[in-house]
Amino acid sequence: MARSTVLGEVLTQQEESILLDWIDQQVANAATRSELLSRGELQEQSRHFLTLLRQAVREGGVEAGGAAFEPVRRALEELSLERARQGYSPIETAMFVFSLKQPVFFRLRERFGDSPQALADALWECTILLDRLGLITTEAYQRAREQVIVRQQEEMLELSTPVVTLWEGVLALPLIGTLDSARTQVVMENLLERIVATGASLAVIDITGVPTVDTVTAQHLLKTVAAARLMGADCILSGIRPQIAQTIVHLGVDLGDIITKATLADAFAVALKRMGLGVQRLNAPGAKGGRQGQEQNGRDQEERPWNASRS
Amino acid sequence: MERIPILKMGRYLLVTIQVDMHDRLAMTLQDDLTERIVKERAKAVLIDISALEIVDSFIGRMLANIAAMARVLDAQTVVVGMRPAVAITLVELGLSLKGVRTALNVEKGIALLRNSLQDGRDAGA
Repeated sequence: MARSTVLGEVLTQQEESILLDWIDQQVANAATRSELLSRGELQEQSRHFLTLLRQAVREGGVEAGGAAFEPVRRALEELSLERARQGYSPIETAMFVFSLKQPVFFRLRERFGDSPQALADALWECTILLDRLGLITTEAYQRAREQVIVRQQEEMLELSTPVVTLWEGVLALPLIGTLDSARTQVVMENLLERIVATGASLAVIDITGVPTVDTVTAQHLLKTVAAARLMGADCILSGIRPQIAQTIVHLGVDLGDIITKATLADAFAVALKRMGLGVQRLNAPGAKGGRQGQEQNGRDQEERPWNASRS
Repeated sequence: MERIPILKMGRYLLVTIQVDMHDRLAMTLQDDLTERIVKERAKAVLIDISALEIVDSFIGRMLANIAAMARVLDAQTVVVGMRPAVAITLVELGLSLKGVRTALNVEKGIALLRNSLQDGRDAGA
């Protein structure tokens, strides 16, 4: 305990000068990123950390894993989290702790300059403690980054599985990105929920945005189609690119009796036909033109609201 | 003994399953339904399972069996009102109920039956 008390003494007696040296060290070091962190903030962080460290060393020696170091560890974790979000690299984050070594070692050398044995021991204890704290920052940093990645994955999952209504009773499901089982589950649930909500009897699954289709992906698509059918809705598969058509045949995937179309437009046309609807040109060449034609069209539109115009 | 009621509407039979199916109930339903199809000379059977929250492989197979039996007795079967969770479960179990017709709700189911019976009559005429 004697040596750790030495560290505690050094920290207590020379706290101010250590702090100043440490801040100078950090400012001089490019890793501190003065553009992200002002000197004032840095000073605040450093002072806070040093105070906690001094208290922890006095109470719990140099056991960085001990209960006395709980506040220090928590402060370091918070700092790492914040820096991870601000875009610091792991090295730059860990340098916060490691740059404390030089000022402290300097003070220890001044104190034990005449006794190499005691100096070596004190340095060793101090190094272990600070290394340990440095590793804690790295670990917390990594955890923060992982959280970011998980959140982005979830957001992507949400973003990439919209179900849109093409027409009354016709849903479209534009799939974008690779279809794995987790996504298939989300896609399937979304689609089925929307079928119930809208009472749709047709769903167009568009796989234009799916980069590759292998047997697993095909299996997932077939499952989705089967589930929709159980709910009383038929599915049309569209957006099949030439390479994917080749892959499907080479793999021997049997798409069964699912209607497949090359483009979403084709699938939509089939869907309209199934519903007994059609698309008609408003300014048909046979029309007499002028006002009469427009009136005619106006009436048509009232009778059949599904008229779409192509100009 | 607990039974599932079978309602007659014209030439349709309507079965609404509102309790959780256990195996014996399912077997009883199968017996009752085949007998009623013959007795009422029904042309179609509509099974509403919108109240069913749990469907296991046995019930899934029973639905398929009922449809097959009804077809033998010259009646069509439509299963209506399946919940999303149930549909996903059945698909995961590998039961896609091929050969059973489905519709979103009773109204659509009746429309489907009416259309196909109409077609059948037209073709037969």
